[in-house]
Amino acid sequence: MPNKAFNATKSEKIFDVCNIIFMILVLIVTLYPFLNVLAISLNDSIDTVRGGITIFPRQFTLDNYKTIFGYDTLIQGLKVSVLRTLVGTLLGLLSASMIAFTLSRVDFSGRKFVSTFLALTMYFSGGLIPTYILMRDLNLIGTFWVYVLPGLVSAFNVFIVRSFIDGLPYALQESAKLDGANDFTIYWRIILPLCKPVLATIALFIAVGQWNAWFDTYLYNGSNSTWTTLQYELMKVLQSTQSGGSAVNANDMAQKMAQISPESIKMAITIVVTVPILVVYPFLQKYFVGGMTLGAVKS
Amino acid sequence: METLTTSDISPNSNGGGSPAPKKKKGLWKLLAQQKYLYLMSLPFVIWVFVFSYLPLWGWTMAFQNYKPARSFGEQKWVGFEQFVELFSDERFYLVMRNTLAMSLMGLVFGFVVPIIFALLLNELRAVMFKKFVQTVSYLPHFVSWVVVAGIITKVLSTEGGAVNQLLMLLNIIDEPIQFMAKGNLFWYIVTVSDIWKEMGWNTIIYLAAITGIDLELYEASRVDGAGRIKQMWHITLPGIRSTISVLLIMSIGHLISIGFEKQFLLGNSLTTDYHEVLDLYALNYGLNMGRFSYGTAIGIFNSVVSVILLFTANGIFKKITKESIM
Repeated sequence: MPNKAFNATKSEKIFDVCNIIFMILVLIVTLYPFLNVLAISLNDSIDTVRGGITIFPRQFTLDNYKTIFGYDTLIQGLKVSVLRTLVGTLLGLLSASMIAFTLSRVDFSGRKFVSTFLALTMYFSGGLIPTYILMRDLNLIGTFWVYVLPGLVSAFNVFIVRSFIDGLPYALQESAKLDGANDFTIYWRIILPLCKPVLATIALFIAVGQWNAWFDTYLYNGSNSTWTTLQYELMKVLQSTQSGGSAVNANDMAQKMAQISPESIKMAITIVVTVPILVVYPFLQKYFVGGMTLGAVKS
Repeated sequence: METLTTSDISPNSNGGGSPAPKKKKGLWKLLAQQKYLYLMSLPFVIWVFVFSYLPLWGWTMAFQNYKPARSFGEQKWVGFEQFVELFSDERFYLVMRNTLAMSLMGLVFGFVVPIIFALLLNELRAVMFKKFVQTVSYLPHFVSWVVVAGIITKVLSTEGGAVNQLLMLLNIIDEPIQFMAKGNLFWYIVTVSDIWKEMGWNTIIYLAAITGIDLELYEASRVDGAGRIKQMWHITLPGIRSTISVLLIMSIGHLISIGFEKQFLLGNSLTTDYHEVLDLYALNYGLNMGRFSYGTAIGIFNSVVSVILLFTANGIFKKITKESIM
């Protein structure tokens, strides 16, 4: 730490106090909205209309949660969201680690080409409509795979993993080779287990991205409740009551539910959408901080 | 954009010092020897080709009058007609204004605030408190824009919204302001929500860069009588200068493609004239009305401007700071 507390002058003490007060304000501004949503979700919905709920429920009840878990579309959305998060993360980890392994091998003759080919995708994209038409031509619209396939290979993740593998001693791979292991065995048995910290980082990135996505549901599966997602359902519920309406389709179940659903129920859905992330992220924090830094320096 | 060089991508260091590739080997022998490496990367190269490069082919649509039922050969070519129509649409200039206004505000504040926050965090002496503030500040980054938009709408609402209540309590206003219904406030709402969501997350890289600064510099400056603020200004800030430039260049490249999630989720019919951005315009006019060619033209315009901005920013920075990302 740069600031050893010798000869702390008066002005420095004032600076410290101001700084701490500022940080406490940051904490309040960040946390209060979440606690407020939680309190409203746990409060009796009729009582909530009176307003004035801060961070504690006034009339505690779990009814709002019972109500929302009674809606079929929400349960379906929950299932699909969990499924896409699991499948998307597993496939994403596999693709990023495999390509990263081959790119880390200086003796791989296709390395330069693959690396450039991937890197270019970070600077451009086809845009909304050509992508939509491609999904239509590939018959992916209305299917589950439209959530997983298009974003499977992410150049950013590949380069993060590669930076990490570059830091591992090559001697490990050489000795495995002498023992007769082929490149796939080296990847699977040696590199992959050593990559756990960096894989945890990108697993978090991919999982959060999958869990939070709603626009692909809106675009490709909006009219098809089989593959609806939790975020999309929440989006419909929150949007439908905002002044002036929104781009949501009428005569659909979540819409009807939104019109009659009180504040407390909306907040309960918000909590259901948010909690999985809050549970996971503190445990992975030490990894993602390292991963972010690695990605920023090298890619 | 194919001219972008990627010298930054190829590694110049390799941890354990792998062997140099042996030259002049027969092609087949090489392929056989590296068959697993090829098997492990080729499927993904094809993948990337299909999902990232094939849509570029769709750019041809912008020069056609695309009709979904016809095959490629049967489409009617119209040259730059779509672009002419785009540039003569009054709505387009309104949308451009919104895009540029929100992205510039996002760039300025979204860039300056995390740096200040990182500097202040670094000055906190209590390690536990610092860790706690950091952990809390990352939190909104992981929550979806859907949830954030819900929270923002709730906090700004006229019925018991925290902001209105606070302003009433402090006697700054007499009756609640309908924040979400006022178009002219929309840009500020988007900018502030963005800062709220990403401020903590964006400090990670700066904090990492600060840890790399030589501690002796601080000790020397203390001997010379420099206070905390002077140290921040003369040591910490210059110490992270290269990180700042690289991140600035990257964000300038993305200036125009600010996405539309926030605008889509926070906007409503009362704020249309202020919240509609390029991508949303492409969505509404292109996809929802089935005018695929027109929407594609908007997308192309978007990409071309982004690339020009990226090169310009990179060029300027190369001259001024000798830092560059390409």
